[in-house]
Amino acid sequence: MDISILPPELIRIVISAVIIIAFVFLNAMVLGYAERKLAGYIMRRPGPMEVGPQGILQLMIDGVKLIGKQLIVPKESGHALFRIAPLLAFIPVGLAFVVIPFSDKLQARDLDVGLVFMLAIMSVNVVAVLVAGWSSNNKYSLFGAIRSVAQNVAYEIPMLLSLLSVVLMANTLSLKGIVLAQHPVWYVVCQPLAFIIYFVAGLAETNRAPFDLPEAESELTAGFHTEYSGMSFSLFILAEYTNMFFVCSIAVVLFLGGWSGIPLPFYAYSGGIWFLLKVYALLFVMIWVRWTYPRVRFDQLLNFCWKYLIPFSLVNLMLTAILVKLWPVVF
Amino acid sequence: MTPEAAKQDKHTFVLNMGPQHPSTHGVMRVILEMDGEHILEPEPVLGYGHRIQEKMGEARPWPGFMPNTSRMDYLSAMIYNHGYVSLIERMTGIEVPRRAEFIRVITDELNRIQSHLLWLGAFLLDLGAFTPIMYTFDDREQILDILEDVTGSRLTYCYHRVGGVARDIDEKFVERTRAFIARLRSRFKPIYYDLVTSNIIFIKRVKDVVSFTPELARRYGLTGPPLRSTGISYDIRKNEPYSIYPEFDFEVPVGTKGDCLEVYNIRVAEMEQSLRIIEQALDRLPEGPFRNKIPRKVKLPQGDATFSVETARGELTYYLVSDGSDVPYRLKIRVPSFSNLSVLQELCRNMLLSDLVMSLGTLDLVIPEIDR
Repeated sequence: MDISILPPELIRIVISAVIIIAFVFLNAMVLGYAERKLAGYIMRRPGPMEVGPQGILQLMIDGVKLIGKQLIVPKESGHALFRIAPLLAFIPVGLAFVVIPFSDKLQARDLDVGLVFMLAIMSVNVVAVLVAGWSSNNKYSLFGAIRSVAQNVAYEIPMLLSLLSVVLMANTLSLKGIVLAQHPVWYVVCQPLAFIIYFVAGLAETNRAPFDLPEAESELTAGFHTEYSGMSFSLFILAEYTNMFFVCSIAVVLFLGGWSGIPLPFYAYSGGIWFLLKVYALLFVMIWVRWTYPRVRFDQLLNFCWKYLIPFSLVNLMLTAILVKLWPVVF
Repeated sequence: MTPEAAKQDKHTFVLNMGPQHPSTHGVMRVILEMDGEHILEPEPVLGYGHRIQEKMGEARPWPGFMPNTSRMDYLSAMIYNHGYVSLIERMTGIEVPRRAEFIRVITDELNRIQSHLLWLGAFLLDLGAFTPIMYTFDDREQILDILEDVTGSRLTYCYHRVGGVARDIDEKFVERTRAFIARLRSRFKPIYYDLVTSNIIFIKRVKDVVSFTPELARRYGLTGPPLRSTGISYDIRKNEPYSIYPEFDFEVPVGTKGDCLEVYNIRVAEMEQSLRIIEQALDRLPEGPFRNKIPRKVKLPQGDATFSVETARGELTYYLVSDGSDVPYRLKIRVPSFSNLSVLQELCRNMLLSDLVMSLGTLDLVIPEIDR
C-alpha cells in the first residue's frame, strides 16, 4: 500500500505513538537495570551478571518472563476494575510525553499550559492506585491504596507551590518558554529551596523510598499491587518508572535549564543529549536515596509535608512574588 | 479506645498478619484488631511450627538430644549446645578441660555476634532500609566460615560435647578469628554508625516509640537486651556466671529509657563486648586436651538440675528431672523469645502498624525457638 494517500498528520501520530511506547519500555529497562546494578554496587555485590555481558539483557528476560505469566484474578475481586487499574496507570504516561521539550526542536506540542497539562496527567496515577487497591479486595492492598492517596494529595501541594514560584519568574506555563526564560542562569540558582522541596515532593509522588509507604514490603507485603501478577503487575512498574522520568524531566526543565548546555560534537543532537543526561543524573540520585535510607512512618510523612514543606514553599512563593514585583521598580 | 468499645464500633476490622508475612520472621501469626492504621489489640498466635522438642528430649538417651538443641534457636545454636552439655555435666559431675572451656566461650561469643549481626540487618529491613543487611551478612559470613571450618556446619552446630568439644581448634582458627575481630572493629564506625545509627530517619523511627519498663519486664519475664534497656543489668554471664566467664573483663551494656533505640545500641555494644571476650580468650588460650574421656554410656543420677545460659536473645534455662536412667524423665526448656513475645500484646496496644513491625523486630524473635 502506498502510504502517501494517508493524511500526513495521521502517519506522524502513529510514528510518535510507536516511538513513545518504545521509549517507555526502553526507559523502564534502562532504569530497572540501573536500579539493580546500582543497588548492587551500593551493597558491594555485582548485581545482575548472568544474562548478556554484565547482565544487560537481564531486564529483557524479565520482561519475557512477565509476559509469559498467567494473569491471576482473585475470585473475590472486582473483576472489571481489577483489570482496568493497570491500564489506567499505564495509558496516561504516554500522554505526558507530548509536552516534554527534549531539545529546542524535539517537542511534539508546545502547549501554553504545558506544565499544568503534565502535572494533571501525572496525577491520574493516583486514581489507578486507588482502583487497584480497592478492587483487589485485600486489606493490605487497600492499606497501600489509601496511603498512596493520602500521600499523593498531601505532596501535590508543596510540589505545585514550589513550581509556581518558578512560573512566576518565567512568566509562562509553556515548558519551552520556561527553558528559554532561564537563559543566563538556571532557576536552580535563584530558587534552590523550591528545587529541594520539589525533589522531595517528587520522591513522595512517585512512591519512592524513603516515602515508599504504599508498597512498604515489611508492613504491607507489597501494598496496592499485592494481588497483581505477570504483565498487569509490570504495567504498574512501567508506569512507576515513567513517572519517575516525568518528575525528573520537570525538574530539569524548570530548574536545570532543560536542553541547554555546552554544544557537543554532534551539534544537532546536543540538546537532546544534555536533556537526557540531566534527567538520568537526577534519576541516579533517586535510586541512590532509595538504597540508602530507611522508610519514614506514615504520620511522620504527613507531618513533614504539612509542617515543613508546605509552609516553606509558601514563604518561598511569597518572597518570589514580592521580588518579581519589586525587581522592575528597584532596578 | 478500649477493645470492648472497638467491638461495638463498626469502623474496626481484623487484619491477619502472618503466618506468611515478610516481617514476622517465620511462621508466626498476629491477629490485629485495627482502627485504620492503629492497632487496638494485637494477638500473637503460635504453634505453626511446633516440633515437640521437649518430648523428643524425654524419649531417648540424653546424647541423642544434642543435635536438637541447635534446632530451636538456630541463631544461637552454639549457646544452646553449651547450655545442654553444661546441664549434663552439672548432673553427672563430669570434668571439662580448661582448653575446652575457652573454646566454648570463643565459639559462643562468635555465635552471639553473628546473631546480632543478622538481627541488625533484618531489623533495618523491617524499617525499609535494604542495604545494611548486605553489609551485616558480609561480616556474618566470615563468622560462619570460621565456625564451619572447626565444627563442620554453618548454622545448626553440634559442636560442644559433654566433657569438652568435638574437635580441637588450630592455629588457623585463631588467626582467622583475630583477623575477623580487627575487620569488624574497623567497620563499626564507617558502616554501621555512619549508615545506620546516625541516620535521622532511623532515629526518628525508633526513638521513644515503645517503652519497656522494669515493672513490665518483671511481670513478663523479659530477658536479654530489651530487659537491659530498662536499666536492669541482668546478664547470666555476670549474674550467675558459668563456664569461665568470671575470668574475663567485659561490661554489660544497659540503657535507661527502654526504647527501641536503646535496645539497638545495647546490641551493638554487646557485639563490641563479645569481641573483647574473644580477644582475651584467644590471648590466654591454654594448651592441653580439648575433651575428657567419658564412659560410653553415662546414666544420669536420680534428681533434678537446672542450667541457665545467656543466649543472644536472653536467658535460656534447661531443667532436667532424672529417674536414674540415661533417658531424661522430664526436660523443660525455658526460651527467651517466648517470654519476650508475650510482652507484645501490652506493648503494642494503640500503636501504628509500622511501629508494631518495628517492635517485633526489636524483640529479635526466633520463631522456631518459641514453637519448639
